[in-house]
Amino acid sequence: MAGGLNDLFSRLGGRRGETPGETGAPAAAAEPDLIYPTKALPKFLGNMATKPAPALLDLGPVVGGNVSFFGEELGCRIRVEDVFGDIERHAVNGTLDALPEYFRTRFKSEAGTVDGILCWDVFDYLERAAAASLAAALARLLVAEGSLLGFFSTASDAGRAQYTKYLVVDQGNLRYRTYPGTRVRQRSLQNRDIIKLFESLRVSDSFLMKTNMREIIFRKPAYLAGL
Amino acid sequence: MNIGKSVFIKGELSGSEDLTIEGNVEGRIELKENTLTIGPNGKIRAEVFAKQVIVLGEVTGNVTATEKVDIRDNGSVDGDVTSPRVAIAEGAHFRGAIDMQRASQPAGKPVAKETHAAPPAAATPATPATVKAGA
Repeated sequence: MAGGLNDLFSRLGGRRGETPGETGAPAAAAEPDLIYPTKALPKFLGNMATKPAPALLDLGPVVGGNVSFFGEELGCRIRVEDVFGDIERHAVNGTLDALPEYFRTRFKSEAGTVDGILCWDVFDYLERAAAASLAAALARLLVAEGSLLGFFSTASDAGRAQYTKYLVVDQGNLRYRTYPGTRVRQRSLQNRDIIKLFESLRVSDSFLMKTNMREIIFRKPAYLAGL
Repeated sequence: MNIGKSVFIKGELSGSEDLTIEGNVEGRIELKENTLTIGPNGKIRAEVFAKQVIVLGEVTGNVTATEKVDIRDNGSVDGDVTSPRVAIAEGAHFRGAIDMQRASQPAGKPVAKETHAAPPAAATPATPATVKAGA
């Protein structure tokens, strides 16, 4: 019975933010964030931990706690490129049609220099052409066997114009914090569409969470390292 | 030591005591054994080297600290940060890369330990419905 209630709670909204020592306690009114489990993040960290000083690209926005977490866990070099900010700016300016071309030259790093990319759910906010352009640009940046972590919603969020910050609580849990924007999530991508989007990468791990979020890790095959 | 709001310095600034800057500095700042605080009114266009750097104002340029870089609420850094510890407050602005490599960083550090405070609630098991898509 308890397990059933727990499962229902998980489906309906994760668990409220907690402070240490208050496990299971409801959150204070001022702390409405929800904490959800993640299965892909520990895998992603495991992939990164095999490298001595990995280069990590976070598609943003800047979250101080995440910078500390990844830095301390991996001793890595992190670059935060706030692609959510790019999308918001283009949405406000009415220039979303320019995004495919914009993403082609957005990233200044050399090809094959990034060990890991945290995309979060950025692809949920892009039209197909812009998503394809961004995916190609990111795949180009990855080193051989580099990892790309993406979240893809499988459910509608009722057209709410908001983005989500994913704050790392620990290796197995993320705090979802929404913030207002002008862009809504686009049509949910089917699994085959996601795989096609990253056709130069291979799916290494995929998890369909009960939060209706598909968490996928792609890796760049070694034979594509120079591309 | 304080550098007041009305002061503008162009060139190299170095010393052996803690320093708070509320004015404008362009060039290079070096306080290798001490703490540099850029106050809320401080505007820095410089390469910064210090033991600890606390940013409440604006910094344009690379920041290197041997201990910690702390970008507080409303603080702004436009440049690369190199330090073993970095804290960025919500509401701070940051654009650049962060390098937290440690000199003694062992290759392939295991990731088993949890570093953040909030423990997972027993009430919410991680329960993916499917594993290994594409299979």
